[in-house]
Amino acid sequence: MKDTMLETNRDFYGEEWGEHGPTVLDASELILNMGPQHPSTHGVLRVILKLDGEKVLGTECVIGYLHRGVEKIGENRTYTQFAPYVDRMDYVAAVSNGLGYCQAVETLINVEAPPRAQYIRVILAELQRIASHQVWLGTHALDIGAMTPLFYTFRDREEILKVFEKYCGARLTTHAFRIGGCQYDTYEGFEKEVKKLCDFMEPKFGEYEELLTTNRIWVERTKGVGILNGDDCKALGVTGPVLRAAGVKWDLRKAQPYAAYSKMDFEIPTGENGDTYDRYMVRIKELHQSLRIVRQAVDTLPDGPIMAKVPKVLKPPVGEIYHSIEAPKGELGYFIVSDGSLQPYRMRIRPPSFVNLQALDKMVRGMLVADVVAVIGTLDIVLGEVDR
Amino acid sequence: MKKVYGSGIREACTYLGQNYLTVDSSIVDDVLQAYRDDEGFDYLVDLTAVHYSKREGTQFDVVYILYSFAKNTRVRLKTQIADGAALPTAVKIWPTANWLEREVFDMFGIRFEGHPDMKRILLPDDWKGHPLRKEYGILQQDTEWVHINLGIESAQ
Repeated sequence: MKDTMLETNRDFYGEEWGEHGPTVLDASELILNMGPQHPSTHGVLRVILKLDGEKVLGTECVIGYLHRGVEKIGENRTYTQFAPYVDRMDYVAAVSNGLGYCQAVETLINVEAPPRAQYIRVILAELQRIASHQVWLGTHALDIGAMTPLFYTFRDREEILKVFEKYCGARLTTHAFRIGGCQYDTYEGFEKEVKKLCDFMEPKFGEYEELLTTNRIWVERTKGVGILNGDDCKALGVTGPVLRAAGVKWDLRKAQPYAAYSKMDFEIPTGENGDTYDRYMVRIKELHQSLRIVRQAVDTLPDGPIMAKVPKVLKPPVGEIYHSIEAPKGELGYFIVSDGSLQPYRMRIRPPSFVNLQALDKMVRGMLVADVVAVIGTLDIVLGEVDR
Repeated sequence: MKKVYGSGIREACTYLGQNYLTVDSSIVDDVLQAYRDDEGFDYLVDLTAVHYSKREGTQFDVVYILYSFAKNTRVRLKTQIADGAALPTAVKIWPTANWLEREVFDMFGIRFEGHPDMKRILLPDDWKGHPLRKEYGILQQDTEWVHINLGIESAQ
């Protein structure tokens, strides 16, 4: 056995191998291209890695493969027409995008959606957060090498999508809300079905945890990987679960409550170390908190109208506003400038994924190539939103 | 603020409960630094621009949205600059500004002096034109680039 390897090599490389031995290995720095067609880049992200052996010396992200010019489209559509486009940014959390956009325009025209609509919004947005985290968990675990969670999470997410489909007819790009409220009232038996969904979902989170939380391979691959502390998060503008895992107790639902969140009782889970494992734990805890919010909102769902009085032809006064919400990935903001016409003069979208992705370089420097995959997964980016 | 910078501060007001401050482009660097160090605005939420094509002289508004975790308040800082003029970079104050400034350059053609890597981010490096300028039509594209690199007549 001891010489077969050498023999094979000698056959392959010729006599030279024998002379030089293993020193033919090139030990200089290596530039490795990862993506854009790579299964663990969650879309079409290209990362250029500078490596020393397996150690990462630096990275550069090349993005823009999915750029569709959403902001330019926004300037050329009326406020109402633009609403479906925002669903196509973060396409695994379309409801959250729509919620942020509708609220931003409502702030601009100084209209408030009626309470019932606010509650429906909270219910759907929190269900969407669960669905988004499930997609994240499944794909993240798959990247690291655990295939089973993917099937578990996608199976359970299906039940949420069924509720969306029954509510508004679409599963993914829902366009569930309108400026001023909701287009549809809840369907017959909505409350009962959502409650049943909550009861169905709760034990499933335990299943995910059973698969991963104490799994030795999972712990080895995630603990101490891609550490980002609170100060770095703030300096890099990183928000959402990544910030909370670094120990910063900050959530826009609490800090600047919107919709009906001020009436909901929930906690903000935080981590300590800011590593991949903590971010996993924070998101798992968020799943439970989201269920808690959904249950409360369904129990206290008020009666009444679902649409505020909004003019048919929407012409906001001259002015500009910035409004942001806590999307599953972080702070999702809309900066809208109105010149008093039918179309926005400027439609700026502050995507959480775009800003969070910038932290990749800081997080993987000095780590191993395999950790890059784990860190991309833990950042929970959606390229549709990064590139817009 | 007004005491220190005098006439550099153009306007400070509130619209729909949101505060904003318009300052002269020459002092924007100092004001941003002061906002972070003295006022505790430790998080740059967003950095973007607006193109006012009909305005004489200073065509662009560059907007900084700042947030303070301690005070839980947001403030918007605006400055006006002319086409072709450059602003000092905010990367040394908030590293977030890196990609955001690159996006502004990509979309509007506004340069930031002292930026470590001032190049396009979303569009290809050799693309011609800056799409979010008002004179750039919605159906416009860099036909030459599309033809050479994609081998097709139009990407639409």
